[in-house]
Amino acid sequence: MCLSVPARIERIEGDTAICSVGGATCQASLQLLEGQLPQPGDYVLIHTGFAIQKISEEEAAETLRIFEAFDELNQQLDEEERQTGQRIV
Amino acid sequence: MKYIDEYRRREHVLALADLIRRESRKPLRIMEVCGGHTMALRRFGLHSLLPDHIELISGPGCPVCVTSRQFIDQAIALSRQPEIILTTYGDLNRVPGSSSSLEQEKARGGDIRIVYSILDALTIAAQNPEKQVVFLGIGFETTSPATAAGILKAQMAGLFNFSVLSAHKIMPPAMAALIDQGVNLHGYIGPGHVSTITGSKIYDFIPQKYGLGVVISGFEPTDLMQSVYMLVRQRETHRPAVEIQYNRVVTREGNLKAQQLLEEVFELRDDWWRGLGVLPQSGMAIRTRYADFDAGKRFSVEIEPTREDKGCLCGEVLKGLKKPTDCKLFGKACTPSDPVGACMVSSEGTCAAYFKYVTIQ
Ligand code: SF4
Repeated sequence: MCLSVPARIERIEGDTAICSVGGATCQASLQLLEGQLPQPGDYVLIHTGFAIQKISEEEAAETLRIFEAFDELNQQLDEEERQTGQRIV
Repeated sequence: MKYIDEYRRREHVLALADLIRRESRKPLRIMEVCGGHTMALRRFGLHSLLPDHIELISGPGCPVCVTSRQFIDQAIALSRQPEIILTTYGDLNRVPGSSSSLEQEKARGGDIRIVYSILDALTIAAQNPEKQVVFLGIGFETTSPATAAGILKAQMAGLFNFSVLSAHKIMPPAMAALIDQGVNLHGYIGPGHVSTITGSKIYDFIPQKYGLGVVISGFEPTDLMQSVYMLVRQRETHRPAVEIQYNRVVTREGNLKAQQLLEEVFELRDDWWRGLGVLPQSGMAIRTRYADFDAGKRFSVEIEPTREDKGCLCGEVLKGLKKPTDCKLFGKACTPSDPVGACMVSSEGTCAAYFKYVTIQ
């Protein structure tokens, strides 16, 4: 019940957003969102039929950049593993 | 969402596990308060990637699990009134009451309908003007704003045959109570979706008063591993703090509109939690000005005396003092298809998560 799903807004009709989640369509009330309403193409988090927060794409992208830094670490690890012949993680 | 795959990449999870191994020296006991986190940690097997001195404990953050049996009994009593259509999220359906469950009542002919959203319950009220539609409001700050919005909508639409039986609760008093009751912890993995509404500021008292850290986490494997890493850093540097890992959706201030709606419709009251007992100012009662929509005030029904289950350790499990596998009934008399306690009913319950991902492996 506590699960909330990220969904992409396809259309907006009044205070309801028609969203796609995976391949499925679902409706979400926009009543709980503050400030500027989201637009088609934006992502929102849906919980029990209500969009409860917009998802910041910048933050998501920033997290991904941090992950890229891990790729380097991964290469290092691979190298160490090759040299020592041991699995490190 | 296109980013999800990235948050599941195995090499990122392993790189984080390696960082944790390299930097973590001190014993670390952390609790994930949210049932969604319990489920994700078990599902992705993240425990197995952590060194032995880091212990992850499950907490009381499954709303179904902490709901009192008395509430279920009250819901059952309401469903026996011929004029009432009872509407509920599916999770409550199989929770055992003292002598029955909503599922059994439905099989006996009670008009109990499972809804996905309170908006569905409003539609049922509009379609059945000769009936009374009661909605069971359970859940933490993620779910209660929807209930508030539903009540306001019912008032605006003049749907006076609609009301809510509220068992809504708030999270911080439970997090404080665990420490006060002596559960030994070094930090919390804070609930991600509760915090989208409340903001991270509601946890500020935890480092200030108790010297424990809180990291608010997302639900993907990399989110959770990163959160554990942040708690490791806090512990190793002696700097407990409130930090947000899940900054894709959580801010310090939270969703102000949702907070306003909560404030408008609800006020705090003392409330009973399974395992924790009565916690002051931890439950959400509907304000008197919306008494017309308060099923607890509108219908006086006779409720059977509450009988708690003997042998179920849910209370201890919810406090992180016992593991589901410590319970004699686990996997035998108590399974997800025939649950004895609430922790086995909800998909986010600790016993259900263990049953699904631990015993089978
Ligand atoms: S296994 Fe069943 S009976 Fe035992 S604590 Fe969990 S829910 Fe209760």
